[in-house]
Amino acid sequence: MIKNISILGDAALYCDFGNDVNQEINSKVIKYFKNIKEKEIEGITNLTPSYNKLIISFDLNLTNFNNLKKIIENLELNKSEKTKSNKINIPICCEKEFALDIKKLEKKLKISEEKIYERFFSKEYFCYMTGFIAGLPFLGDLDESLKSRRLETPRVKIPKGSVGITEQFCNIYTFESPGGWNIIGNTPINVFDKKNELKPNLINPGDTVVFEQISKDQFEEHNG
Amino acid sequence: MDKSYFEVIRPGINTTFQDLGRKNLYHIGIPFSGAMDNRNFILANAIAGNKENTPAIEFAYQGPLLKFKGEKININITGNASFKLIKKEEQIEGNCYENYTLEEGDQLDIISTNKSVYGYLAISGNFEVQFQWNSCSTNTKAKVGANDGEKIEKDQLIKILDSHSHNSKRKLEYINSKIENIRVIKGTNFNYFSKEGKKNFFEKEFIVTKLTDRMGMRLEGCKIENIVDTNIKSEGLIKGTIQVPADGNPIIMLSDHGTIGGYPKIGVVISADYDKLVQLPPGSKIKFQEIELADAEMLFKLYQMETKNLVLKIK
Repeated sequence: MIKNISILGDAALYCDFGNDVNQEINSKVIKYFKNIKEKEIEGITNLTPSYNKLIISFDLNLTNFNNLKKIIENLELNKSEKTKSNKINIPICCEKEFALDIKKLEKKLKISEEKIYERFFSKEYFCYMTGFIAGLPFLGDLDESLKSRRLETPRVKIPKGSVGITEQFCNIYTFESPGGWNIIGNTPINVFDKKNELKPNLINPGDTVVFEQISKDQFEEHNG
Repeated sequence: MDKSYFEVIRPGINTTFQDLGRKNLYHIGIPFSGAMDNRNFILANAIAGNKENTPAIEFAYQGPLLKFKGEKININITGNASFKLIKKEEQIEGNCYENYTLEEGDQLDIISTNKSVYGYLAISGNFEVQFQWNSCSTNTKAKVGANDGEKIEKDQLIKILDSHSHNSKRKLEYINSKIENIRVIKGTNFNYFSKEGKKNFFEKEFIVTKLTDRMGMRLEGCKIENIVDTNIKSEGLIKGTIQVPADGNPIIMLSDHGTIGGYPKIGVVISADYDKLVQLPPGSKIKFQEIELADAEMLFKLYQMETKNLVLKIK
């Protein structure tokens, strides 16, 4: 299922599952990720699954590229494994003060604000991966008509809880961070909890996310 | 005995608790973190007589000014730094890689690193710090690790546990060497760049800019031309990865890097050169040199052996 394994520096394997971004390829990446994680192979220090790649980092004191490549190529995958996936509701407030880029999007997409939200809230989203910053989910796919490019100049600070869109994806900034996605709202929910070491992320790869629009009052209630 | 502590009179620019980092969390978006310069971190603990992975204080450029309250403690500093010990009757200019004893009321003034970036302070004992995912390493972006994920601040008290003050004479003769050639293995998107871009990458000089911190090192020099696409589908990153965004200026991912990125990867710095790379202050000139995997693996073995030999030479 892995199309090719190549080197990424002297201490990582770059596993390529293809170039397309879709749930089928991503599910294969997640399957490998989970199987490798379970086997606790000596020397592996990190696994980074993404849309269609899996990077396996290792401790060069304990193993090396050729050893690990053989192990991964001969890995027996658990066949019957049904991946558990959750459906998570995320409330978002889309008042002006939170929807930092909605006006720009109206112009970029030539679609009214109302229609943008209508189309955005009418879909369920699949979580492809988490990362960049702790707990940030990469979700997809947006309605074709909502595809947009990143901001020309990324923001230095995006407020915590911001929901952004770009290309066919949306995300949630789990804490204040730089970033270049178009911000359309904000959630009062904590998506990353550093105190919960066993399950710090609310949304994990394979999960489904449903966004729900809330008023400013409801937003305040969550925070209160 | 264990009521000793440091009072922070001046915190310094970027002073944090670090150890050897936290593993197996890239998939949720948490980087490795840990000491930027592993060798100097390991030497600091070895001179203090501690276990290898004991939390130490990392400082950058200007270090902290600390006042010691307690009976007695040994301290040592590694890297290339100027510091002095201010005692009741005298002031002592300190040498790196050498233990000193602090007594009640003594101050330790870590003035600055010299022609380098990071230094380490280890004590003969343990700092009282909290651990997250088995590591104290402070990641100030995610607010994870010791000190609630924050830098060490003015007026805070740093408590000390299990202090032991034997072997106060331990020291090591060692001078950090600088490097100008950073050895690199070609990246997964090497062919995204023009023939000239690739040539320039390995032939021209680059300068370390001020936009450099624990997350990344931004370079400036001749622009590296992309002929395929300035974005890739976002995918994992590891420390040492050199990305080239649309503006053509390379960025090297360092220990607190974002775990996922969408810029083409032109190369990855080899593990053996990482400690020396992070010590290059803004304004330094560097050149990249291409190397094959087998050579990189051998160089890392040699580098690790050298570190072990240094530990054995501590007397």
